[in-house]
Amino acid sequence: MNMESKKPDWIIGEIKSNIGEIPVVDTNLSLSDRLGGWKVGWGFGRNNYRVDPGLYAVGNPTEESPVFVSANYKLSFDRLRENLGGLDGWIMVIDTKGINVWCAAGKGTFGTDEIVTRLGYTRLAEVVSHRRLIVPQLGAPGIAAHEVKDRSGFRVIYGPVRAADISDYIKAGNKATPQMRKVRFNTWDRFVLVPNDLMASFKYALIAAAVLFIISGLGRDIFSVERMINNGTVLASLITIGYIFGTALPPILLPLLPGKSFSLKGVWVGLLLFFVIGWYSNNFITLFSNKLSLYAWLLLLPAISSFVTMNFTGSSTYTSLSGVLKEMKVAVPIQAGAALIGLILLIVGIFI
Amino acid sequence: MIGMRYLPDVVTLEYDETKCNGCQMCIIVCPHAVFTIENKRAKMVDRDACMECGACAKNCPEEALSVRAGVGCANAIIIGAIRNTEPTCGCEDNSSCC
Ligand code: SF4
Ligand code: SF4
Repeated sequence: MNMESKKPDWIIGEIKSNIGEIPVVDTNLSLSDRLGGWKVGWGFGRNNYRVDPGLYAVGNPTEESPVFVSANYKLSFDRLRENLGGLDGWIMVIDTKGINVWCAAGKGTFGTDEIVTRLGYTRLAEVVSHRRLIVPQLGAPGIAAHEVKDRSGFRVIYGPVRAADISDYIKAGNKATPQMRKVRFNTWDRFVLVPNDLMASFKYALIAAAVLFIISGLGRDIFSVERMINNGTVLASLITIGYIFGTALPPILLPLLPGKSFSLKGVWVGLLLFFVIGWYSNNFITLFSNKLSLYAWLLLLPAISSFVTMNFTGSSTYTSLSGVLKEMKVAVPIQAGAALIGLILLIVGIFI
Repeated sequence: MIGMRYLPDVVTLEYDETKCNGCQMCIIVCPHAVFTIENKRAKMVDRDACMECGACAKNCPEEALSVRAGVGCANAIIIGAIRNTEPTCGCEDNSSCC
């Protein structure tokens, strides 16, 4: 633990152990914890949202109390401690470079080596008399339980997928129901990803809007500022609105969109956007009123939306690498082709 | 997860039943209930639900399981292709990818 840094406000005391004082953490999240969680949900400051690795206490633990292992991404840590209210236990925070359990396990930083090393640093074997670690199940891709046992003597017990199930899991005598072992991906799970997805590529949407704003001024008479302002404003707003809906709709509508591959699901959203935007703007925007541009958008919107939705595979909890590779082999050339033809039509449409 | 099945018959998951000692580790760690236990051995019951996370293979003490573990993330594959590395997600910043 880094004792030099200012003591965080979620440390509410200290408890004596065989190796000295261990900080006790609050199981209630403060307003600043919640604001911090909300901020990273929108993609701000995710790199620096960490907790010092080391040993912490919850409640009034003894040598017999359970040990929970956490990543040092503060959001992971907060989720854990807020679900340990009323329990006595220890939390061993391992150094995952501030990355959440699932991502860190995939990279191996939430891994066997780090657990074994951290056991040494924290001298956990002197603090507790038992030899059990409760590790979040989503950390399993990085950890070989039998290796941890061989190298440290500690037995890894996999806890539930969601921290919210921990107290039921403990009450049942460290037993998880099949439901606790499964990752979900319900509407709410997908919905909470939307803010970050929106922020992730917002700058590209703004660039696209700016480019289209300027292009709107082009015409057979080369350029007209008046036309740029008249058409460009509407078009730029439409693109921005299109971006917001194009990003938010696929996650929310996912199970309803026909097809198994994400790129195909995205096509439907693109077509929907085309008809909605096209319908409303048909009359007053030259970029839509001309036949060629209309076809251009009919290709461009589904192509872009297909690509955006395909990238949502990364946020989903059920796509495999082999599956994504397979769909990309088909989808990427089609997306690129459609986007290219669309762009050519768009440019040609402007000048005839 | 109704309506939320990914492509069928694509995953690299392989299981050699003869090596299994019935420890149930794969059943515990799998987030998609790909295995159950039958006659004191693991049984692969839903291979297409596998997302190739690698947890089962990593935790199988008998090396009865193998899978090419990786992130099922298009963005990671694109970044990997550009940098000429393994598919790697932009998780340095906990982005929603993976
Ligand atoms: S982890 Fe390996 S040995 Fe254990 S039940 Fe599964 S396949 Fe069998
Ligand atoms: S790789 Fe992951 S999802 Fe696939 S069977 Fe193994 S544990 Fe389950």
